[in-house]
Amino acid sequence: MTILEVNDLTVTFRGGVKAVRGVSYQVGRGEVLGIVGESGSGKSVTSLAVMGLLPAGAQVTGSVKLHGHELLGMREQEILKRRGKSISMIFQDPLSAFTPVYTIGDQIAEAVRVHQKVSKEQAARQAVELLELVGIPHPEVRAKAFPHEFSGGMRQRAMIAMAIANDPDVLICDEPTTALDVTIQAQVLEVLKTAQKETGAGIVMITHDLGVVAGLADRVLVMYAGKPVEQGTVEEIYYEPRMPYTMGLLASIPRLDQENQRLVPIEGAPPSPAALPPGCPFAPRCPLKVDACDDAEPELVQVGERGVACIRSHEIDVKRLRGVDVFPAPEPVAEPPRDARRRETVLELDNLVRHYPLMKGAVFKRRVGTVHAVDGISFDIARGETLALVGESGCGKTTTLQQIMQLEAAQGGRVVVFGKDSGELTKRERKELRRDLQIVFQDPMAALDPRMPVGDILAEPLRAHGHKDVQGRVAELLELVGLDPSYAERYPQHFSGGQRQRIGIARALALEPKLIVLDEPVSALDVSIQAGVINLLEDLKARLGLSYLFVAHDLSVVRHLADRVAVMYLGKIVEIGTVAEVYGTPAHPYTRALMSAIPLPDPELERSRRRIILEGDLPSPAQPPSGCRFHTRCPKRALLPEPERARCVAEEPPVVRLAHADDHGAACHYPEVRNS
Amino acid sequence: MRSKVVLRRVMAKPQVVIGLIGVLALLALAYLGPLFGQYTWEQKDFTAFRSPPGADHWWGTTQIGQDMFAVTLRGMQKSILIGFLVALISTGLAALVGAFAGYFGGKLDKILMWGTDLLLVLPSFLIIAVISPRLESGSWLMFVVLLASFSWMITSRVVRSMTLSLREREYVLAARYMGIPDWKIIFRHVVPNLSSLLIIDATMNVSGAIIGETALSYFGFGVRPPDVSLGTLISAGGGSTAISYPWLFLFPAGLLVLLVLFINLIGDGLRDALDPGSTS
Repeated sequence: MTILEVNDLTVTFRGGVKAVRGVSYQVGRGEVLGIVGESGSGKSVTSLAVMGLLPAGAQVTGSVKLHGHELLGMREQEILKRRGKSISMIFQDPLSAFTPVYTIGDQIAEAVRVHQKVSKEQAARQAVELLELVGIPHPEVRAKAFPHEFSGGMRQRAMIAMAIANDPDVLICDEPTTALDVTIQAQVLEVLKTAQKETGAGIVMITHDLGVVAGLADRVLVMYAGKPVEQGTVEEIYYEPRMPYTMGLLASIPRLDQENQRLVPIEGAPPSPAALPPGCPFAPRCPLKVDACDDAEPELVQVGERGVACIRSHEIDVKRLRGVDVFPAPEPVAEPPRDARRRETVLELDNLVRHYPLMKGAVFKRRVGTVHAVDGISFDIARGETLALVGESGCGKTTTLQQIMQLEAAQGGRVVVFGKDSGELTKRERKELRRDLQIVFQDPMAALDPRMPVGDILAEPLRAHGHKDVQGRVAELLELVGLDPSYAERYPQHFSGGQRQRIGIARALALEPKLIVLDEPVSALDVSIQAGVINLLEDLKARLGLSYLFVAHDLSVVRHLADRVAVMYLGKIVEIGTVAEVYGTPAHPYTRALMSAIPLPDPELERSRRRIILEGDLPSPAQPPSGCRFHTRCPKRALLPEPERARCVAEEPPVVRLAHADDHGAACHYPEVRNS
Repeated sequence: MRSKVVLRRVMAKPQVVIGLIGVLALLALAYLGPLFGQYTWEQKDFTAFRSPPGADHWWGTTQIGQDMFAVTLRGMQKSILIGFLVALISTGLAALVGAFAGYFGGKLDKILMWGTDLLLVLPSFLIIAVISPRLESGSWLMFVVLLASFSWMITSRVVRSMTLSLREREYVLAARYMGIPDWKIIFRHVVPNLSSLLIIDATMNVSGAIIGETALSYFGFGVRPPDVSLGTLISAGGGSTAISYPWLFLFPAGLLVLLVLFINLIGDGLRDALDPGSTS
């Protein structure tokens, strides 16, 4: 039974920018429709148009029918009766979706009372029940808390509770887990599944994460440049994609379950909605492009449930082409062989400590506590090696980076860069050392000074270190990262995210460093762009003999790029070793949970595998748990007999090298052992 | 190009265009006008005391036979010069102190902000009134310095707080990790990114300084005879003489009002164009 039916929906913003150009879909009871697309593909605008939440000035045409009633052009009074009752929405950012001055319980009760005639007490009771349903511990107490007292994951659960308060028939989720860490994302997705079971609602799941869709959706709609380009069941889309864009998208994702293989990038960037190419909008990036592609934009041709908007889809079907056939993976640059026994260390951290004081009081500041941001971590990086530092937000990755980059004396422990202790450097030596140690930042928007042309940005480190022939080197650098040397005169805002990240990498390479620190270099980029940047980083490393310290939260990207990996939890390293060993036989319960939380872009695998879901949130680094820091959430500890459990609370486990392993250590009293 | 976008946005505001045309016209009047007058500002026409505007003396004459047209333009030149100089110095000082305090933080920040707060609570008008008579007569440059040194504090606090957030930006961190010296980072990455604030502030300061100068000169503390400014002229022509000899008062006062009005129009328009977030 179809509940929500969208037909030929278009949205035009002021100035004639067409953000959505003809979207049609149906959602039935208990069905999950995934809408997938990169940023700017119009997926969020579509859902806002369905909810009637677009700002005035946006022109919406087409039809949106809820239970057969047309929503577009309906009187505001009538829409209000339905919004929040039969159709509700979950937003990406749960912090801005709650009013900060009312308690969570009151806000959910209000949502109940708007649509149901119940007493205040009744509504408050319902709010508590809803909070319990979404798995918030002590719901009676937490209902009286304010939004800022909730963590991100908790807030998103409360948001779900509010959305299902009136038993809606359709639930629209707009990137509900994008702002969350993977382990929290796994929790929230679980809650979403429960919520769907309880209410039987149809769900429209909007996301850019193909793994999330694979695990949740029944049908998938792929959007590109404001139009659906492919539609079908989740199995059809993932196993037999017929539109080159979908094929490329699926082939470009680094996967957790696959060995290090070359990623497939899609060339170019999505077109801007203000300047669409004449024919198929994907044609400029499509390897299967023929002249006929530029003639007219192909319509979404429906064959039963299946729809493809490509003139060559039949050919793809007959020839049984796959993503890797269509998008040739560029050959990797051969890496010079390294002698594993003669490791030349470029960076060494020895028991590094960084604590921040927690101050209180306006006039007389007094210390009320200590934030244990980094609490004694040790690792080293050899020449030509990539070490990845992995962990969720708040685990101390960024602090570690800053400590390394500052090249000053550490609060505790030592940072040794190229054999020199950073605490004993003179000013001159420090400046000299900076040549060899460079950084690439996460956000390509913020990392480049908006007031400087790209040429000046790249010239800055060169001039500071007295380089001659600055212009020549700038052109050389741009070419090295795959950009045109003539781009030097443009300003950063004229480039797309991927291009900007390349400029950031070029700047880091300017002084020919030996070690580059990469601070989440691809996490702000779209999947199709991400693959290109990862490949570039791999090539540069092989060609220039670089070493990388790679900080990331995405374990699948790490598997792809790194040689060794260190997993951090609350300011400590819990597991460290070669990628093969850590991914093959993770020994620490936290690493295992982290890996199982990552959704795989493969519907069958994703639905059949067992997930370790962690309880609760990351404890505050101001009051870290005693003994093993992970013991409060550890799933393994729950299975241990009492005396062994006491040891986890009392004694802090050091990182110990595991038996049968070359280079693999874990900080757990009871590590998982290999079955051989 | 960002600059082109900004230029287009600025030019789309009618108030900026009107203000610009107005200021340019007044500047032309002040500096080119004397070339066309029949008298210089130092000449005295002993045949015409307090004669009303006419064919010979376009704007009339003063008590001692000076040509009002020449004298007023001379006064306006001085006022404009003082206004622009004060704005330049005070905005520059605000940017410097604010950026250094915000960027370095710690002790330097404490000291600089303590000094700023101290200047902020001092009664500037009284202090200038006390100091300026002791200066050598005619040293209007010292007067400019005095005016400037009492008008930068609030902007510098704003600059400091903006620098605090700029300091954490990744491009500033990148520059620091490249080994660029701190003062270079401040001038290359911090101050240019505050430029819209500084441009607006400088424009507003021009009119503020002109009014401040006029007020002090009116009371006899600023520019002193034989030099003239709009303030001294208004002071001389004001009071009881303004009723019987209105041209002595109306021309300098009218020009002052126009000048300040046009500059403020530009400032408001620039604020709207460069700082779309503000709601003034």
